[in-house]
Amino acid sequence: MAKIYADNAATTKMSRRAIDTMVKCMEEYYGNPSSLYEVGQEAQEKLTEAREKVARLLGCEAREIIFTSGGSEADNQAIISAAKLGAKKDKKHIISTAFEHHAVLHTLNKLEKEGFEVTLLDVHENGLVTPEQVEEAIRPDTCLVTIMYANNEIGTIQPIKEIGKICKEKGVLFHTDAVQVAGQLHIDVKEQNIDMLSISAHKFHGPKGAGALYARKGIVITNLIEGGAQERGKRAGTENVPAICAMAEALEEACEKIEKKTAKLLEMREVLIEGISKIPHSILNGDKEKRLPGNVHFCFEGIEGEALLLLMDDKGICASSGSACTSGSLDPSHVLLAIGRPHEIAHGSIRLSLSEENTMEEMPKIIKALEEVVTYLRRISPVWRDLEQGKVEHII
Amino acid sequence: MALYSEQVMDHFRNPRNLGAIEDADAIGEVGNATCGDIMRIYLKINDEVITDIKFETFGCGSAIASSSMATELIKGKTISEALALTNKAVTEALGGLPAHKIHCSVLAEEAIQAAIEDYRKRQESKN
Ligand SMILES: Cc1ncc(COP(=O)(O)O)c(C=O)c1O
Ligand SMILES: [Zn+2]
Repeated sequence: MAKIYADNAATTKMSRRAIDTMVKCMEEYYGNPSSLYEVGQEAQEKLTEAREKVARLLGCEAREIIFTSGGSEADNQAIISAAKLGAKKDKKHIISTAFEHHAVLHTLNKLEKEGFEVTLLDVHENGLVTPEQVEEAIRPDTCLVTIMYANNEIGTIQPIKEIGKICKEKGVLFHTDAVQVAGQLHIDVKEQNIDMLSISAHKFHGPKGAGALYARKGIVITNLIEGGAQERGKRAGTENVPAICAMAEALEEACEKIEKKTAKLLEMREVLIEGISKIPHSILNGDKEKRLPGNVHFCFEGIEGEALLLLMDDKGICASSGSACTSGSLDPSHVLLAIGRPHEIAHGSIRLSLSEENTMEEMPKIIKALEEVVTYLRRISPVWRDLEQGKVEHII
Repeated sequence: MALYSEQVMDHFRNPRNLGAIEDADAIGEVGNATCGDIMRIYLKINDEVITDIKFETFGCGSAIASSSMATELIKGKTISEALALTNKAVTEALGGLPAHKIHCSVLAEEAIQAAIEDYRKRQESKN
């Protein structure tokens, strides 16, 4: 059975260009960039090229890029660095949102235990926070605002430039987790008032285990890994040259394609949203307009997400869910709870995230499979029986 | 490696004893929508023997497969045999479950106990 891969927010298939770059690097530029002979220096050159490329695509300078092992490390490093800087000036208040990725939330939890105070802004039902909320939350002792550019589950795009502007005016550092955005929307850190930004290669058809942190020059970055002097002393360890070069190539390719890709993704997204909306007692999560072009996210009443995903997999469709049972905790997705979905509804969700590898022909197949699976699971669900018999009222 | 064993996937894909019994002698329901798994079991009982059993489950693969397996294991058995059914027996019959999915399968054992309790209550109010 031909698989339909609709989980590109989890990870993407590497592009041919990225794979070729990676293999070429492994074969030809195998030297250690810190070695002074030619083989090493050639690898160093590739690294420099990659850094310049990534910097150009994000609108910053090469020396403002630190290569990391991925999005999680970049998030950790940005937040820890800002906290350290804050603590020096006795500023120990951080602002974030309730629906960040765990790479951010867990780092903030750790800081709370160390005496920092964290304000998590409420997210509106449409999956957005406003610049006004940020402005109201900033205090004299605020050292960092960290708000994701686009949410990884429901795909909503935050008003980053406006939030950045407020932070700039108030003299507070602003970090954004742009892991879901890089290669999807044009990023320009200077124009968008961003001080620090995280990206991860495997979300834009690059390799896993490579990412980058942009940190505006002048911001003193704290090392998470001690050792050699790589990455200007900010991240020890021999650089993963093949993955870094492939990341730069993948980002370039993704950015070149943005306009064309967006048009195609939007068309597919709208077909999916329209088709899935016809399933009774379903609801789209996240703003209809201000969302990533490839993101579709729905909740269905009366069913549970893991069963939904397993049966979709049986029909050859790879999707994801914010269901508790898939993650091993009893609570459903913190993102869905943050936008106010009650537990009963939050358990029955599906995320479909498209890339340019998907085709319009796949969309009706996804819709049909989803209809069948939802209908079946409702038929075997005691919750659905109670809803249908009027013993319990429908929420959606 | 798949998340679930073949037996789990078989019971998940082709649940045995699925549905409701309109004139059930006992109904047991455990779990709640907040925590994510709900199981409802319907019994027909004749002379202390479970002559028919059906279930409905809102829940994950583990929950649905455990419900199905549990109903298979106690169909045709006496009430006291059914009460002796443990979660461990259900899990074993399914060829094991991932550690973090065991809690979903506990519901099957509990639902059966709840149904039998319901039966006892109904018997008492009859007498
Ligand atoms: C928004 C967001 N931040 C951070 C991460 C973590 O990135 P990585 O897997 O590269 O550590 C992810 C992906 O899982 C993500 O979606
Ligand atoms: Zn479960």
